[in-house]
Amino acid sequence: MKKILAKEQLSEEVFRMKFEAPHIARERKAGQFIIIQLDSEFGERIPLTIADADPDEGSVTIIFQTVGRTTHLLADLEVGDHIANVLGPLGHPTHIDNFGTVVCVGGGIGVAPMHPIAQALKAAGNRVIIIMGARNRDLIIMEDEMKKIADELIICTDDGSYGRKDLVTVPLKEICERDPKPDMAVAIGPPIMMKFCAETTRPYEVHTVVSLNTIMVDGTGMCGGCRVTVGGETKFVCVDGPEFDGHKVDFDNMMLRLGSYKEQETLDHEQCHLEMEIKERGLDKE
Amino acid sequence: MSYIPADKLHEEAIKTVKELEGKELKPKDRLSLPRQEMPSQDPEVRKKNMNEVALGYFEEQVKIEAERCLQCKTAPCISGCPVQIDIPGFIKTAAEGDYEKSLSIIKRTSLLPAICGRVCPQEVQCQLPCTVGKSLKDVDLAVSIGRIERFVADWADAKGKKTVPQVKPETGKKVAIIGSGPASITVAADVRREGHEVHMFEAFHKPGGVMVYGIPEFRLPKRIVADEIEALKEMGVKLETNFLVGRTRKIQDLIDKDGFEAVFIGTGAGLPKFMNIEGENLIGVFSANEYLTRVNLMRAYDKERSATPIYQAKKVAVLGGGNVAMDAARSALRMGAAEVHVLYRRTEKEMPARVEEVAHAKEEGITFHFLRSPKRILEGEKGRVRGLEVLKYELGEPDDSGRRRPVEVKNSNYEMEFDTVIVAIGNNSNPLIEKTTPGLDTNKWGNIVADENGKTSMERVFAGGDIVLGAATVILAMGEGRKAAQSINELLSK
Repeated sequence: MKKILAKEQLSEEVFRMKFEAPHIARERKAGQFIIIQLDSEFGERIPLTIADADPDEGSVTIIFQTVGRTTHLLADLEVGDHIANVLGPLGHPTHIDNFGTVVCVGGGIGVAPMHPIAQALKAAGNRVIIIMGARNRDLIIMEDEMKKIADELIICTDDGSYGRKDLVTVPLKEICERDPKPDMAVAIGPPIMMKFCAETTRPYEVHTVVSLNTIMVDGTGMCGGCRVTVGGETKFVCVDGPEFDGHKVDFDNMMLRLGSYKEQETLDHEQCHLEMEIKERGLDKE
Repeated sequence: MSYIPADKLHEEAIKTVKELEGKELKPKDRLSLPRQEMPSQDPEVRKKNMNEVALGYFEEQVKIEAERCLQCKTAPCISGCPVQIDIPGFIKTAAEGDYEKSLSIIKRTSLLPAICGRVCPQEVQCQLPCTVGKSLKDVDLAVSIGRIERFVADWADAKGKKTVPQVKPETGKKVAIIGSGPASITVAADVRREGHEVHMFEAFHKPGGVMVYGIPEFRLPKRIVADEIEALKEMGVKLETNFLVGRTRKIQDLIDKDGFEAVFIGTGAGLPKFMNIEGENLIGVFSANEYLTRVNLMRAYDKERSATPIYQAKKVAVLGGGNVAMDAARSALRMGAAEVHVLYRRTEKEMPARVEEVAHAKEEGITFHFLRSPKRILEGEKGRVRGLEVLKYELGEPDDSGRRRPVEVKNSNYEMEFDTVIVAIGNNSNPLIEKTTPGLDTNKWGNIVADENGKTSMERVFAGGDIVLGAATVILAMGEGRKAAQSINELLSK
């Protein structure tokens, strides 16, 4: 049982939550994730990136978006409540080195997992350019945190309500065209965004690291539910990743696989919203 | 074997017991006693539920089955048991109706009789050398040692006769056990008995290893596993779940920083093998590990309450011929599949699955295709599985292991339609510990190298079970654990 220490709503659907997890706080490195489960008997196990950790306090911070039943239930928890099961840190840590200039592209909630990586890259002496993208102004998160790290910060919204009215690939292309071109790119966000970031950098031969977010069950390498094709080979995201060379990932297969349970997830989500509505309107007490 | 209703079996047994009353049995009489079939749920009913299939012997059946034992002086059965249970001893007391004593004889060497009585492949272990089976020229007619073992364990459980092993005074020495499967359970109990502080680390949210995530409820009720873990806790073993050694903490840190004086690695063989054929990453293709974990550990069979979704399979192909393949096939049926087909590249005779489980699967309506192997998985709409391209095989010359090698028949390929494919061709060792523990030697299959005493190449680090053996059995893992525990206890007594 892990006690929730802090909770904050960053935007309509995005929450930041801090809970106690001393073992994880002690060992975790940038790029790693955890698996959480809200109920030991019937809860599902979901992967979430570690956004931050404080080894002295023994706490770990996650940032998550409410996209289905489990994330809704998580968002319903308050400070002082407990999360039944938290496993981690999982996955390979990001390879951090002084590469030179690195472009970090974060899409939507992907800005959260990008943050510790950008932070570590900066600390290692890199010049860090950050591109943040979201559908609209309300969905832009962690702008202040990113400002502290970035040597250059570019914000894009799809509807132009804030920053540039562009997809993140537009400034990414501009940066690739600079002389000298960047030494590396890191892209984290929805699969379609990572795919197009990789396509953008490919002609410029800028090495592009992506952090994949496949379906997972155990997160320890024992089921292969998270497998992806990378350079023609099958890899397990939970143990071989989550980071891979974006130019080698078969994104089309990965996106199809992400939809494996779509029908059931949609039903479950609708059911969850109904239950929430009943609770909000006090209908359950009638 | 065909299905006989439980009450019919009971009736027969009552009759036979009456005939036996007051009779002095000679070996010839014993050999002519009818071998007792295991009562089970009606196949038509059970294929729609997750309840245990085998119902356990009636008391009269135990009496008859135990009387079949010849009490051989040489007791070849004992050497067939990996932990050398005094089999004639516990069978004799069971025949006399003293189940408490019978169980105490088993418990001297085996910790998990309710589990082993259910899942051990007795036909290749204790029952293989049984004199009765040999005399009747059929190993399937050997004394049903496992079923009697199960009966006495269940009897004690039903009577609430729980025995928590005695623990010697605290020594103040700490031992870390990694994993909570059968090997680890054995080590934990044996080391704790000597008064050492035992911490068991499990990566999943529930302990029990393959007994909770792999073997389905209908073959091994999870309540039984939970009881065994509870007994360990009562002995004072400290259990920490959600702790992945290698990531949450490294082995060297457990020794150098956390004060553990010995470490036992019992992390099993949990890495699923795939076939590396075309189409393996299509939607609808699963490792048996994933499918079974969703069904068992995550309880996806409880559709009302479980949050974990399960793929809605209608026509399923299971690839492989072991117990895991049987478990996956029978689970898929219970999850609502209309048709389940098992494809195996050798013949029924070579199947590693237990005869009993294959028989159960057939009774439930699972179709078997022998000498068949997939060449590739066919893609349908939206990246989903449409079927398999299958190759016919024939048996060629025996290989190193003595089994005749399956050879593909040229140009024999044809297509079969499926919407789901479950790959159950075996597991390898999980490489996480190896990768995160420099100085720990492994062999070319990734198994940890340990000597006959369970010692690894690292000081104070021991290993046993499937991580050393490769995928094996519950009882072999226990036997391995026992040896490692002895070495640990010796090390700590110095």
